[in-house]
Amino acid sequence: MYRLFRNNSLYSIINLFMIELKGLHKSYITGNNKLHVLKGLDLIIEQGELVSVMGSSGSGKSTLLNVLGILDSYDEGYYKLNNTLMSNLTEKKAAHYRNNMIGFVFQSFNLISFKNAMENVALPLYYQGVSRKKRNQIALEYLDRMGLKEWADHMPNELSGGQMQRVAIARSMISKPKVILADEPTGALDSTTSLEVMDLFREINSSGITIIIVTHEKDISEKTDRIIYLKDGIIESEFISPRKVSETVGAYRN
Amino acid sequence: MFDKEKWQEIFSSLKNNKMRTTLTVFGVFWGIFMLIIMLGLGMGFKSMIQEGFGDFATNSLLIWPQQTTKAYKGFPRNRRYMFTNEDVQIIKERFPEIEFIAPKLRAFGSEGANNATRGTKTGAFSVEGTFPEYNLIDPSKIISGRFVNNVDIKEYKKVAVIGKYVKDVLFEKDENPIGEYIKINGIYFKVVGVLTKGASNISLGSDKDRSIVIPLTTFQKVYNRGNEVGFCAVTAVKEANIALVQQKINTFLRSRHSIAPDDEQAVGGFNLAKEFKKIFKMITGIGILIWIVGIATLLAGVIGVSNIMLVVVKERTKEIGIQRALGATPFKIMNNIITEAIFLTASSGYVGIVLGVGVIELIKMIANSTGSDNPFFTHAGVNLNVALLALFILVIFGVFAGFIPAKRAISIKPIDALRDE
Ligand SMILES: Nc1ncnc2c1ncn2[C@@H]1O[C@H](COP(=O)(O)OP(=O)(O)O)[C@@H](O)[C@H]1O
Ligand SMILES: [Mg+2]
Repeated sequence: MYRLFRNNSLYSIINLFMIELKGLHKSYITGNNKLHVLKGLDLIIEQGELVSVMGSSGSGKSTLLNVLGILDSYDEGYYKLNNTLMSNLTEKKAAHYRNNMIGFVFQSFNLISFKNAMENVALPLYYQGVSRKKRNQIALEYLDRMGLKEWADHMPNELSGGQMQRVAIARSMISKPKVILADEPTGALDSTTSLEVMDLFREINSSGITIIIVTHEKDISEKTDRIIYLKDGIIESEFISPRKVSETVGAYRN
Repeated sequence: MFDKEKWQEIFSSLKNNKMRTTLTVFGVFWGIFMLIIMLGLGMGFKSMIQEGFGDFATNSLLIWPQQTTKAYKGFPRNRRYMFTNEDVQIIKERFPEIEFIAPKLRAFGSEGANNATRGTKTGAFSVEGTFPEYNLIDPSKIISGRFVNNVDIKEYKKVAVIGKYVKDVLFEKDENPIGEYIKINGIYFKVVGVLTKGASNISLGSDKDRSIVIPLTTFQKVYNRGNEVGFCAVTAVKEANIALVQQKINTFLRSRHSIAPDDEQAVGGFNLAKEFKKIFKMITGIGILIWIVGIATLLAGVIGVSNIMLVVVKERTKEIGIQRALGATPFKIMNNIITEAIFLTASSGYVGIVLGVGVIELIKMIANSTGSDNPFFTHAGVNLNVALLALFILVIFGVFAGFIPAKRAISIKPIDALRDE
């Protein structure tokens, strides 16, 4: 089933891999202890995929996502983002990739407390040198898409969890990244809000942005197209999610 | 530079810790405040010294005959000799470096006995014979009338310029002494002027207010001193090296008076330029000391700022992590932190400068309104350049204060920064 999907994908023909991992290893060294967390991952994620990474706590999901986000380094193997090798980057280069290629969504939202919703959303554009007026205008558009236009000048502590996460999602999108990386984005939200947020991700994904979501909740992962199971630092298994299967099969039927 | 995101960050971290911010910037404020106060008073001190010099010719020299210390050309040692009018004349013609040379002779009322009288009024004063040039070297202030002039010298006029105190003793309060006669050692002199001490606090010889100045030639004649000269005041032209001039004159005088060429003691001398230089050096030294102490105090304040910035960076680790995840370059992060440090030092320093200048101006105002003539207070002041220099130094210090915390901020891996709680 999986293979079928891969072969039907237009992107695989012209080899547009968004993310390509080969034999990726990563260890944490604390004092004299070495903790081998990622033990040789091979993974390909194509442009436009909506992928979730599942696994029990401590299985290395966040570690993987941080490597993908160039927030952390890896020890062995390689990581190509959009066909560019991500290794030995200067911090300036890394910042450039993070700014232009990647959007982050965190479990704890990570909004800047002294900036209002609009300014938070606009921040990535600030680092691109976009003028204040222009970036705030764009930020407002994105907030509007999140249904938060009226909340633009509210400070983060005046927003609910769901609202904060939507602000964070708007922020992750504003620089038109190729990939959005979300680490337990619904972890701090109630189940209704969680599903709303997942719908948002699906909508964003339909515009062509590749999205990778780390979660340990099954019903969250089932909202994605492809589920990767991580266990003890290796990819234990991966599946096309049931909904994607029915979607694809449905497409064949029609 | 005007970049709202940046300033927002700065003010938010200052606002969150008002007390800490206040205490920190107080160090810088105090440093610069003290520096400005010290510089301001230093300026007053300098003015006080300089005003003390007044119009006294600083490139000047005094010479006088002493006893010889060596036997030479048949003369025994310990011989007494005098300078003469001819010596003065020849020296003047021979050394173009000399601007003025003023010979002088002096006599006191012997053992304090009264030597000047007018009617029933009488007093004991110093009587000096001199040349008009003397008033150009060690100027007196002429209250009324005039100083000795060349005609007086040439014609042996019996005229006298009397000190203010002399006038008070010999004349009634509102009497005009000009044109009146006084008796000096039994000889009548016409009063042609009244003088008092000049702008300079330096005075050679006796108190000017208590002296009577007469033409040198008249002095020599009435006191039967032939062509003797007691001592000479000499000024050199600006470019000349006064010490060299002194040597040349001494050599010349030794050969003229048959004194051994190596008898340094025979011609007495006092190089005023050298003394002035010493004082100026002291003033410069004090100025340097002020800067050293001021900068050190300032440095202590700046180190405080640097420390607090380290704390701020530590507190903001997570925020910095977020910013870096969103694509902030290390340069941007450093730039923000250094700007913040500059802002802290420069703004608190600015307040220090303004208050410091304010206090100095206040001192000046009070001194002026109470009619003080002490230049230490009335001439205290900070000039604009110094204030700007201080501000510039603050900005430089601000950069240093921010640099280490900024380096620290970006030395943390983005992921570790994000994990920080
Ligand atoms: N910075 C770190 N230093 C040392 N060990 C770490 C660090 N981050 C994570 N680990 C360890 O690595 C393992 C995987 O962590 P993580 O990737 O966060 O797991 P997950 O996100 O799947 O729960 C865990 O055992 C965790 O304790
Ligand atoms: Mg995790």
